[in-house]
Amino acid sequence: MSRETPLHAAHHAAGATFTDFGGWDMPVEFDSIRTEHAAVREECGRFDVSHMGEVVVSGPDAEGLTQRLTTNDATALDPGEAHYAAITREDGVMLDDTVVYRLPEATDGEFLVVPNAGHDEETTDRWREYADEQGFDATVDNRTAEYGLIALQGPDAPDLLAEETDLDVDDMGRFEVAEGAVAGVDALVATTGYTGEAGVELFVPWDETEAVWEAVDVQRCGLGARDTLRLEMGFLLSGQDFDPEDESRTPYEAGIDFTVKLDTEFVGRDALEQQYEEGTDEELVGLELIDRGVPREGYEVTTPDGEHLGHVTSGTMSPTLGDPIALAYLPAEYTTPDELVRVVVRGEPKKARTSVPPFIDR
Amino acid sequence: MSFDVPDDCRYLESHEWVRIADGTATVGISDFAQDELGDVVFVELPAAGDELSKDEDFGVVESIKAVSDVYAPISGTVTAVNEVLTEEPELLNEDPYGEGWLVEVEPADEGELDDLLSPEAYRDQIE
Repeated sequence: MSRETPLHAAHHAAGATFTDFGGWDMPVEFDSIRTEHAAVREECGRFDVSHMGEVVVSGPDAEGLTQRLTTNDATALDPGEAHYAAITREDGVMLDDTVVYRLPEATDGEFLVVPNAGHDEETTDRWREYADEQGFDATVDNRTAEYGLIALQGPDAPDLLAEETDLDVDDMGRFEVAEGAVAGVDALVATTGYTGEAGVELFVPWDETEAVWEAVDVQRCGLGARDTLRLEMGFLLSGQDFDPEDESRTPYEAGIDFTVKLDTEFVGRDALEQQYEEGTDEELVGLELIDRGVPREGYEVTTPDGEHLGHVTSGTMSPTLGDPIALAYLPAEYTTPDELVRVVVRGEPKKARTSVPPFIDR
Repeated sequence: MSFDVPDDCRYLESHEWVRIADGTATVGISDFAQDELGDVVFVELPAAGDELSKDEDFGVVESIKAVSDVYAPISGTVTAVNEVLTEEPELLNEDPYGEGWLVEVEPADEGELDDLLSPEAYRDQIE
């Protein structure tokens, strides 16, 4: 039985099509992916991302614990600040990617860790078990079922939000979080998102999610547009561009080197230091198809002579560019732009060139 | 939601339509099919002169989210291909029975039409 967000009935009434994603029954599309995508790039769109996990870490050792379990430096966050990080295991392989928020001081909790859909329980367990093993004094609460999460994304998002909140959103930089009322509902307002646009994410009480959702009345967007938007930016999709079982990759291979702070202690640090020194055999690169066709997950990538190089982990027709784009792990010598390769699209080798994401100018 | 099912076409269960006029069969995909696929971004079609066999795939329609083979509702020789779709695949969403047609075919045997779904039968299928 799939989990449902507090907006499930509202999405159904709005005519959405649905799919299972990370164990949640989520809207893929409301109007059309093209329409929804364009709204975010040009104006503003709203997403229900209540399927994302919320794990609150509090207590005297909340900082030390979170710092040990994420590759970024949690100690560098002041209250009200956030950053992107990887959760790695001992061999440096990414279990998930996440945003870590250090909550404003008056908040009930120290850190908010937001894992991907379906990863909330394992993240909670990981934090709790590590705290027990290492003797950290911290309380770890899985609050996924307590928070709805709405993302407002696009150049008009700050102005739209300003009409509904008492917070001075213009004063907030990127990756900040503050407490405020939105449409009369107490919320955590974070200047984060996963589309490459300006925007906010609103953590609101589960039962009041719909009131906030209705108040921010702009284009509804589903997971289809979320996928094309994140892929144009070269942002990773957990479970697809990396996966501990099927696509085991380190942050260096996945191209998120900036999340790894080797001068901190964290699980997987030694393995990652070794890879940093020795270099990666393969890295995630962008591909732009020169020939016509749509690259899709799993399609083989070869040299022009047909020699196997790797496979596409994410691919689509970019709605912004009107061109086919993809991500693939290729040998390190292919990480420079404009190397010519082939993507095998349903048996046909199609010409493509390597590139460095983002694919669009942002 | 109700979908357009023109009375002057016959249909395959796999959602292709064919319309015969002056001995030429025009082939496309149905309004229901384009809606299921979503934004069409790529169309791969045969060349003029190619032979189609009824019920066999002759091309591919891709939307942002899905890849779909298209099947021939009738056997025959391709006489024209809708080249406009190369640059404007969205015509398939906007006008599936008109400007979004896929190929024109000289039928090998118009009797094959009798095997296809009538508009009423196709409406029943997609309801």
